Amino acid sequence: MQQLPREMLVGMYRKMLEIRFFEEKVFDLYGQNLVPGTIHLYAGEEAIAVGVCTALQRDDYITSTHRGHGHCIAKGADLKRTMAEILGKETGYCKGKGGSMHIADFSIGMLGATAVVGAGIPIAVGAGLSIKLRKTRQVVACFFGEGASNQGTFHEGINMASVWRLPVIFVCENNLYAMGTRQSRIMNIENIADRAVAYGIPGIAVDGNDVLAVYEATVKAVERARKGEGPTLIECKTYRHKGHSRVDPARYRPKEEVEEWLAKDPIKRFREKLLQTKTLTEAEIQRIENEVAAEIEEAVKFAMESPYPEPEEALEDVYA
Amino acid sequence: MRKITYREALREALREEMRRDSTVFLLGEDIGKYWGGAFKVTEGLAEEFGEERVRDTPISESTIIGAGVGAAITGMRPVAEIMFGDLTALAMDQIANQAAKIRYMFGGQAKCPLVIRTPFGAGVNIASHHSQSLEAWFMHVPGLYVAVPSTPYDAKGLLKSAIRGNNPVMFCEHKLLYPIEGEVPEEEYTVPFGLADVKREGEDVTIVATLYMVHKALSAAEILQKEGISVEVVDPRTLTPLDKQTIIDSVKKTGRIVIVSEDCKTAGVSAEIAAIIAEEAIDYLDAPIKRLAEPDTPIPFSPPMEQYVIPDEKAIIKTVKEVF
Repeated sequence: MQQLPREMLVGMYRKMLEIRFFEEKVFDLYGQNLVPGTIHLYAGEEAIAVGVCTALQRDDYITSTHRGHGHCIAKGADLKRTMAEILGKETGYCKGKGGSMHIADFSIGMLGATAVVGAGIPIAVGAGLSIKLRKTRQVVACFFGEGASNQGTFHEGINMASVWRLPVIFVCENNLYAMGTRQSRIMNIENIADRAVAYGIPGIAVDGNDVLAVYEATVKAVERARKGEGPTLIECKTYRHKGHSRVDPARYRPKEEVEEWLAKDPIKRFREKLLQTKTLTEAEIQRIENEVAAEIEEAVKFAMESPYPEPEEALEDVYA
Repeated sequence: MRKITYREALREALREEMRRDSTVFLLGEDIGKYWGGAFKVTEGLAEEFGEERVRDTPISESTIIGAGVGAAITGMRPVAEIMFGDLTALAMDQIANQAAKIRYMFGGQAKCPLVIRTPFGAGVNIASHHSQSLEAWFMHVPGLYVAVPSTPYDAKGLLKSAIRGNNPVMFCEHKLLYPIEGEVPEEEYTVPFGLADVKREGEDVTIVATLYMVHKALSAAEILQKEGISVEVVDPRTLTPLDKQTIIDSVKKTGRIVIVSEDCKTAGVSAEIAAIIAEEAIDYLDAPIKRLAEPDTPIPFSPPMEQYVIPDEKAIIKTVKEVF
């Protein structure tokens, strides 16, 4: 950690806060019936998106999932347009056609969130193939959950990326529950990273609530990818603070387990580390929190004041 | 004009587009130098363009298409081959939920110029998993284009348009068409999507047919001509977009229509075309719309049974006579 520039550490902390405050706001807005449909919150998993995306360049790609707000924000998406999309507004990233589960910003390499579990894996492989054929130095980070690692696309996609040595970093966010189903009920292994052996690539399990651990693992994977040595599977152990979706009270999770994980809150831990190492003072942290809170308020204001799309815009964008 | 096979026409289209545009590449199972494609369409291309651009894949249909989507949205023009049309079922999420919707869901940010070539059709005794005609599945997914070329000329021209276009295309071939010959000019041309072709002009009755059924309709028309019935054969060439106008214009002229399609009758290609005529051209009809399609069964193996379920010239002639 000492070697990392202060500016980078503060940036990581700030991004994690942005995601947390953003998600808390979305949770509230949903409660006020201002968010149509459903939402899957990223709160608790911030260290993964931020750790991974900090190790990427702007023109690198990511693919995302139904729990994707954090990935967007970490890759550098505009908070206002992200919030507007979640509210179904015309000023949203996808002009209201995608919503919470389908946000994309191609200008920053965010290739979009797919809401079919595991479906982003083949797409990330294709982006990696495209990089290889175009001979650029980009990489792709492909986010998915441990539940997706039971899909056929996980097997097909990682095998293909491995055999073609594609520059893809497979980031498995293991939050222990595939919707309401605990990992131990649907697989006989503890570490998804162990599955890397089957594809002949490195697999590493890291503390997904430690942003620096995620960052360091990603840096290594990115280096390997840029050198043309192929993909890496990084499993990040984490926990979602809320239920699967907004309406899920997550009663299937034991209270002690929830408490144990809340104590391992990635933002709290990183804050303590930044204070201990005197990277930031209490006052500076307070200032950052105030700034981020104001930024989120501004995003909400923008989204709330934005118009809904005209209904007949539903007919546009089907074909290019 | 020179004659080449449907297979050669497709290969020419691929070769010319790969020479013209370095972002065009091929991926699929056994399409490279060791096999040249199960139906030999890509034979020789790996030798010219190398294994990077004519890429043999693992047997992973879902990821063949998904990789095509990922490459297409990041600046490439992939042409994926699925060895048999039946196997598109394995890739259906990537085709129907990803390729078809990636532009729309993201508010027009993405374009997905992915061509998926695959052979459909029965008639070679390979039973239920290698013989279906599933074009209608893809007509039901907004965001996809569906091409159904019946001749070498159309195959080459439509494939070039598909590769140059900016939308995902289900390029439906028919395994009995690969060896058939037809006139194809040496010089450059393309066939636009959404433009039907009148394959034979006639006065008394319209037959709308696709893929291999076009040829059966044409030979039925030849026989009917001798019996004094003048048949017009309309080939839509693309099912999405569908050139309704050419079909309706033909119906206005003849007042009678028979739709011949190799897929199952229920909710199939013929059902859609019949519905359009019923909605938009019923006043021009002198007889009820007739459809000839496969019965609603899987394709059986044993030759007599298989031949029984595929529409043939005799059935076409019989059906045509029913509208008089």
